[in-house]
Order: sequence, then C-alpha cells, then structure tokens
Amino acid sequence: MSLLSVRDLSLTFRAAPILSGVSFDIAPGEVFGLVGESGSGKSMTALAVMGLLPNGSTTSGQAGFAGENLLSLTERRMTAIRGNEIGMIFQEPMTALNPMKTIGDQVAETLLIHRAASRTEARTTAREKLARVGLPEDRFPLSLYPHELSGGQRQRVAIAMAIALRPRLLIADEPTTALDVTTQAQILDLLKGLTRDEDMALMLITHDLAVVAGMAEHVAVMQAGQIVEQGATEAVFRTRSQDYTRRLFAASDHRPVRKTTVREGTLLAVEGAVREYTLPRPSAFAPHPKLRAVDDVSLTIRPGESLGLVGESGCGKSTLTRAILGLDQLQSGAIRLDGQAVSAGHTMPAGLRARMQVVFQDPYGSFNPRHRVARLVAEPFHLTGTPPDARDRVAAALEEVGLQAGDMDRFIHEFSGGQRQRIAIARALIIRPDLIVLDEAVSALDVRVRAQVLDLLARLQESHGLAYLFISHDLSVVRSITDRVLVMQSGRIVEEGATEEIFAAPHHAYTKRLITATPRIPDDWKEDSHARRT
Amino acid sequence: MTRYLLRRLISLAVSLLVASLVIFAVIEVVPGDPASYMLGLNASEDTVAALRDRLGLNEPVGLRYLHWVAGMAQGDFGQSYTYKVPVADLVADRLVVSLPLALYALALAVLVAFPAGLLAASRRGRAADTAVMGATQVGIALPNFWFAMLLVLTFALHWQIFPAGGFPGWTDPWTGLRALTLPAVALALPQAAILARVLRSALIETLGQDYIRTARAKGLTRGQTMLRHALRNAMIPVLTILGMQFSFLLAGAIIIENVFYLPGLGRLIFQAITQRDLIVVESVVMILVFAVILVTFLVDLAYAAIDPRLRKRE
Amino acid sequence: MRLAFTLGLALSLAALSATLVSLVWTPYDVTTLSIANKLQPPSPDHWLGTDHFGRDIASMLMAGARTSIAVALVAVGIGMGLGVPLGLLAAANRGSMTDEVVMRSNDLIFAFPSLVIAILITAVFGPSAVNAIIAIGIFNIPVFARFTRGGALSLWTLDYIRAAEVAGKGRVRISAEHILPNIANLLIVQGTIQFSLGILAEAGLSYVGLGAQPPTPSWGRMLAEAQTMATIAPHVAIFPGLAIVLTVLGLNLLGDGLRDRLDPRLRHAP
Repeated sequence: MSLLSVRDLSLTFRAAPILSGVSFDIAPGEVFGLVGESGSGKSMTALAVMGLLPNGSTTSGQAGFAGENLLSLTERRMTAIRGNEIGMIFQEPMTALNPMKTIGDQVAETLLIHRAASRTEARTTAREKLARVGLPEDRFPLSLYPHELSGGQRQRVAIAMAIALRPRLLIADEPTTALDVTTQAQILDLLKGLTRDEDMALMLITHDLAVVAGMAEHVAVMQAGQIVEQGATEAVFRTRSQDYTRRLFAASDHRPVRKTTVREGTLLAVEGAVREYTLPRPSAFAPHPKLRAVDDVSLTIRPGESLGLVGESGCGKSTLTRAILGLDQLQSGAIRLDGQAVSAGHTMPAGLRARMQVVFQDPYGSFNPRHRVARLVAEPFHLTGTPPDARDRVAAALEEVGLQAGDMDRFIHEFSGGQRQRIAIARALIIRPDLIVLDEAVSALDVRVRAQVLDLLARLQESHGLAYLFISHDLSVVRSITDRVLVMQSGRIVEEGATEEIFAAPHHAYTKRLITATPRIPDDWKEDSHARRT
Repeated sequence: MTRYLLRRLISLAVSLLVASLVIFAVIEVVPGDPASYMLGLNASEDTVAALRDRLGLNEPVGLRYLHWVAGMAQGDFGQSYTYKVPVADLVADRLVVSLPLALYALALAVLVAFPAGLLAASRRGRAADTAVMGATQVGIALPNFWFAMLLVLTFALHWQIFPAGGFPGWTDPWTGLRALTLPAVALALPQAAILARVLRSALIETLGQDYIRTARAKGLTRGQTMLRHALRNAMIPVLTILGMQFSFLLAGAIIIENVFYLPGLGRLIFQAITQRDLIVVESVVMILVFAVILVTFLVDLAYAAIDPRLRKRE
Repeated sequence: MRLAFTLGLALSLAALSATLVSLVWTPYDVTTLSIANKLQPPSPDHWLGTDHFGRDIASMLMAGARTSIAVALVAVGIGMGLGVPLGLLAAANRGSMTDEVVMRSNDLIFAFPSLVIAILITAVFGPSAVNAIIAIGIFNIPVFARFTRGGALSLWTLDYIRAAEVAGKGRVRISAEHILPNIANLLIVQGTIQFSLGILAEAGLSYVGLGAQPPTPSWGRMLAEAQTMATIAPHVAIFPGLAIVLTVLGLNLLGDGLRDRLDPRLRHAP
C-alpha cells in the first residue's frame, strides 16, 4: 500500500511539455530519491503533487494520496493537505523564511493555520519542534529573526515548519544544495532521523547521485520530463541498465586524464597575507570588532602546477582570490607573481596583470550581455594592446575550447551554461597567461557538462603548460584536477600537501571532517556492471 | 536600535542645518540688498536705512545667520514686513488650514490606493488588474489643479454639494471639513494612483519571493499569504513613496489653495512673493523644508519598526 | 499591453508633431487679440473655440506644447546630465567618501520639492520659464543619481565587472563600457517618466505664476486665466487640461511599454 502513487503525470506549461507520463510510488516511511540534471522536471513533479504549480500549467494523470487524487482536488482541500499531511522544504534556506517574522511565529503559523492548536499551544509545539531539529531553546529562542541564523540553521527552521504537524510525507527539493558539505551531512542526518522517528516518508529531490545513494531506499532517475529508470537504489546504481543512468554515473565522479609537467621555480608566492574587515559595532559606543578573513596565509604555485584551495563558505577563499587577482589590497603580507609584487588598482603594471587570468563560477553573470563574443573574448587585450590579428586569435581561442570561430559574432544569451564557461576559458586564454585562477569554475554546471569542462581544463593545462589555482568547495572536483591541495578554515590554511595523500590520509581534524562529510557512492557499487554481468 | 535612531537623528540635524544654510544663502544673493529689494525702487534712503537697521543687515553675515537660526529654534521667525506681525503667528494661522488639508488628502489617498493595489496584485493579469492599472494611468496624468477645477464645476457649481472655495474656519468642524473635501480629493486622487501602482508592483515582487512559496507549502491560502506575508513585506517601498508624497502633497496644497481660495501657507507664500516680503518667504520655505525632512525621519523610523534587519544592523 | 503601447506612442507623437508644426504654422496667430471673438464655443472656424481675448484655443495649445515640452526636455537633460554621472561615480566608489557626499547631497535636494525651489528662485529673481526649468531640473538630479546608482550597484556585483577589472580596466572605463550601456534602458524609461512629470510640474508652476510669463503661451497659464471663466465658458478650462492629460498619459504609456520591451527579463519570460 503506497502513500503517494503518481500515475502517468503529464504537465505542460503554456503549451510547452514539461513532464510526460511520470509514474512512481512512495511507501509510508520510506526515503524516495528523485535524481536528474537541472531542467529535468524534478521540481515540477514535486510542485505538481503540492498543487503549487505556476499559473499557466496544465496537468493530467493522477497523484493518489490517502484515497484522493491530489491533481483534481479543490484549492480549499489542498490547503488543508499542504503543511498538514504533506510538508515541503526548498533549496534556498537564505530566502525561504520571511525575514520580517520571528522563527517562533513562522513555525507556530503552520499549527495556527490548520487550527491544530491554540496560540499558546502552538508556541509550545514550535519550541519542541525547533528543539527536535537541533535548535535548542537556550541558544535559539523563538524571538530570533531569520537573519540572525546561518544557512544551515535556517534550513532547520524550514524543516521544523514543515514537520510541525507530523505530515506523512515530506518533500525536500534540493534541501542541501546551497549548504556547505559539513552542514549538508548534518541536515541529511536530521532528515533521516525524522523519517525514522516520526514515521514520515521523504521524497528527496537532488542532482547529486551520492546523496541519494546514502539516503534513499528507492530512486527514480529523471531526464527531460520522463523517468528513465527506477527501482531499489542499490540495484539501479549497480546495474545502470539505462544509457542515461550510466552516463550520469560516469560523469558524477569523472577524473580527467592529466599529464602535468610541473616546472622548477615559483610562479606565484603569497607570504603572510592578512586581510581584515571592520565589522559594525555591536552597540552604540563599543569599538568596531574586526574579522580576519585571511589570516597569515602563505602559499606558492610552481609553473605548470595545479593547486587546489578548498574550504567552506566564509573561510576566506574568496577574499584571498581577490587579493591574488590584484583586486583588493592586503593589510600585510605580500603577493608576488614571478617575483613582481601584485597590488590592487592601477599600481599594478599591465604586463604583470596579463600573466594571470580568471574564470568565475556563474556562467550567466560573467559576460556583458550587450557585447558579442568576439569583444568579450578580446577584453584582456586591454592589458597587452590589441594585436592586428585579434579576430584570428579570438577564433583560435574559441576553437581551442571546443567552440567554432563563427560563434564570435553571436551574443552570450545564445549559449548554454557549459558553452559560456568555455567562452570564459577562451577569454582567459587569449593573452596566454601563465596562471589561471578558477574560482568555483565548474560548480554551477550539471555533472555531465562539468566532466567535459574538466577534460578541457586538463587538456589545456597540458598543451599550454598552464598553472591553475583551483578554488572550490567541492572536494571531489578538486581531487580530480589538482596536484596539490590547501585546506582553508576561518582564514587560515590548516593543511597542505599532495592531493592524493591528503585525500587518502588527512591529518587535520577539519580536513577529516570535510572528507567524511562528503557523500559518496559506495565503492563496490561502482564496479563496472558489464564486467560483473559477463 | 538606539544606534539606528542616533544615526537618523544626527542625519536629521545635519539636513536641517545645511537646508537652513542653503535658504539663507539664496536670500542673501538677492540683487542689491534685501532691504532695498523689499522696499522697491521708490523708497527713500532713510526708509531703506531704517529697514536695514531693523533687519539687522548691518551686522556681519555669519552673525545674522546665527540670529536667524537661534530665533527659529525658539519659535521666533522674525517680523513680517508687510503684515507687521510676527511671522510665527501668520504661519500658525495658515497651518490650521494647510496641515489638515495635507493629512486629509493623505488619508484619502491611502484609503483609495490600498484596496486598489491589493485588488490589482491579487488579480494580476486579469480584468480587474487591467481596469485598476488603466485608471491609475489616467490618475497619474491628471494635473491636480485642473482636476480641482473640474471638481468645482461639477460638485460645487453644477450640483452644489460642496462649497466652491473659501474656508469658514474650524468653529463648526463639519463645515470646515466640507470646505476641505474637494481640495483634498483633488490632491489625493493623483497621489492615490501613484501609490496604488507602487503597492501593486511591490506586492507582485514580494509574491515572487521564496518565502511566499514556503508559506503556501505550509497550507496558507493565497489570501492569507497576501495579508500575512506579502503586505507587510511590501511596505518598505510603499512607505518610501508615502514619505515622498507628503512633500508632494505639501507642494500640491500650495497650488490647490489657489484654486479654492483657501487661506493656507500657499496663499501666504504667494502674497509674500508679490509683496517682496523676504522674511516671510524665507521662514515659510524653511518650515516646508523642515516638514519634509521630519517626514523623512519618521519614515526611517517606520522602516525600523517594520524590518527587524534594520533594527539590528549598524 | 500592445494596445497601451501603441496608444502611448500615438499620443506622444501627436504632442511632438503639434510642437514641431507650431514652430512654422498655427491655424491662427496667437499674438493677435480679437476681443469681439472672445469666448466662442467650438465651431468649424475655431475647432476648440476661443479664449477671453478671442485667441484660437487650438493654436494656443500648439504653441503652449512648445513651452511645456521645451521646459520638460531641458529639465530632464539637466537631471540626466548631472544625475547619471554622479550616480555612476557614487556606485563605482561604493561606501567611499564620494559616495557618501553624493548621496547626502541628494537627500538634501529631496528636501526641496521643485515648487519650493521655484518659490525661492522666483522670490529672488522673479518668475520666468527659465526658473521653472532650473527648479524642475535641480529636482531631477537626485532622481537620476539615485536611480543610476541603484542600477549600477547591482551590476557592480556581477562577475563580468570582475573580469574587466582583471583585464586591467579602471572604474571610469568600466562605468562607461559595461555599466552605462546596461542601465541605458532603465534610464530611457525613467527619462520618459521624468519628462511627463516635468510637463505636469511646468503646468503647475505656470498656473500659479511661477513659470512661463506672458506673452509666452503655456498650458498652465491658459488654465489659470480660464479659471474665472470656467462657469460661463467651460471649454476654455477643459481643452488645455485635456492637452496636459493626454500628453502625460501618452508619455507614461510609452514609458511602460518601453520598459516591457527593453527589459530582457520580461522579454524572455516564458
């Protein structure tokens, strides 16, 4: 007897097909994983079940829940089910809570809206639920506002809101994607514990196969609005009978083939870098507290070397990156590129700047939407003077990153996220720098595209003898593309060493925590299915 | 909170100080000197000298400024040259008309704009929305003084429901209110149109936020979400506009008073300009500016009351 | 929405062409008075009737459009010319002393509604259309400065600005090359809004005698002169008001339509 039984669910949004023939079952108390790349229709499936689809959507099929078809219920009846029998949490904890209401009021609201409790009782229950999700009263009174909490804590509040009435099904849409890996592990733990203790089923939507592997009993793999494969998680992951699942699987821990030649000498040297920020005063006449975002950091990169810098959000890696790029001044310490001092603003000679380029995370914000690709890619020529064969060089750079010379006359909105990152790499390459800073350069990409871009980066490094500074929160990516890695925590480098050694045998407690927290697909699941079948 | 309040208070004081300097400086650059300007071309040298003496024009500029500011701080705005009475008394008489008019208009604007904005936002893209938006477009395009003339033509001269002008005083509050009704409507409607549009777009923006989706997932209906979550959070831009509208209402009142022959600040200032009574002009302008700055300050306080993030920050 | 945009465009073009035509031709000469013909109702000879001096109202409206549009246009020019660079400067140096000074001066100007500025100027220099331009123009400066700064600040956080910095470009160059073109659409829209507000403000100032002075024809002054005659000849009061409403309405609809067309977020929305 299943709790939720979706049959042949199809969805169109303003005549465009979004979902077609989606069917799956969720049993009471189980964890059901729905995986797929962005745009595959995972979230829309959840919103269809919740009756929260955007205007302009038309559905057909059934979503049986407790003897009723959720797709054909009146809005009035749906409001009675939402929050009461089915709870839901979303991806962005930073924006998921109303910034103007206390967390206590927001949790209590679930109870009040369903007339499940009096005002006082609702507050008592809110208190209990917040304690249950790991926000005890002494440190997290009901009177706190969302902005006083971290992302992980806010996600806990959202969970407390969703489970306040002990729903039988909790839908979690990428609940940990926006969180750091250690926080992610805690939230996943919490969700697992809740399904066990409260006899609640969990529909876990994620793009991360490893998260599903560790959480779900059953899994469904989605592609382009359809479920391509489903079943018991281990069986689906071990056999990978569908081509798409296989490719997804292969891409999720893809390791590019790398042949790097690290040369002698020092390309970049950071010595005792310190960057402090002045914080607002806690009270009217108190002195300004200081935050050391970068605290006595030293590192070196050799020519041709790929150095990884990992750390969670707020550890200071972005501040350090800005200083290395000569965009921000240090308070003390020095940064030298091939022996010459890097400094912020106009004091840094153009010739020196030209030896270092950057690729950013966001494929959408990285380009001026009004310029054509030719102009975008040619921008770094500002440092060297535009050569007479600029267009040819742009064409060559585009071809080098796997695009066509003809693409240079198009605008950026005509390209996909993966293509944009390729264009960003072409822009970085155009003036033949010695060092490319890759600031979360593949973090926003889907796994299959990410694998391709990593391959490209590996190939370019080999052919041009480039040095990389690869900054990321994602340990598995760093592991696949770097020779050496630094682990940063609270502005300091806590561990440093050859990548494989650090991942195999971390010394520092924080590194160990990071590595254990990273979700992984069990090694024995990964054996080649074909090999075993024969 | 105290820190926020303190900062706002300092900012209020600085704005007042600079505004008074600007006004004083503008009056200082009057061609020739203020005394002969006020008396006109035919004045004898003796009268000019007497006025110069009375205005303290023989004192150094800095000292004169200090006297002016110090006087205002004690409620002494000087003596009107034409009326021969303290400016403070003149202003007090006129404020009794202008202030209720501005508040009346503000209340009307809010009363019209809120239901209209809420309706349009909750029926976004449908007929009601289109109708409200169309009406607000016309409302914004209406010059209030022309609208006032049309109101007089219809409701005062044709149907004779309201008086066409003049102000009987507040001895009978009812007739006083009646006399201010048409002016208030004329002032309020164009402002209501702007306010309704701002409220609508603020609501629509807020309704697109993630926490609205969260609220719906909790089981709130659309209506509950609108009233419990969207409305309050949409108030910041609405308050900003309300604050600015107060200054528009003050300025608008100056014009509207002319249509209805209301003895308010606006009439006073125009009479003062024609009579070249710089003392009155200077003081009334300062009072208007003071009112605008004060309202800005109050709006800042309201922000903090609404948004907990402002209370904690800084 | 298409309909609204078309209507806005048509009304704006009508106002503009009336202005341009009035430079070379009006149905009747607006400087010749003909008391015998005063306060005639609309007729085939005088489509919109005549005023208390017997002047043709249609011709007066055409000539008045000139004043309104010229005043509003120059005032927007002043506001944009000074406000946009100030806003760009403030955004490029966010949080610096420059930013603080620019923003505080803006706050200060906001404390002087344009009518108050006009009153001050008139009290000192006497009334004229130029004073109206200055008063409205000054008030437009902080409007554009704030607007520009707000738009620019959100762009400064984007990575393509970082990329330009890494390419060694300075703040001024980045502001000109990357910021300004990307907020130009917003500025055009705000420009039409301020333009229509300028027409309203000019009418108000002229109505109370702080703007255009005789014999310069002006919609606001026509209404002021019509006020006492509105009961006996309502057309004298109605047509100039309609001219204002239709012009301002047209510009506002045009601005809204432009915003919908130029905003890529709205354009690409499904």
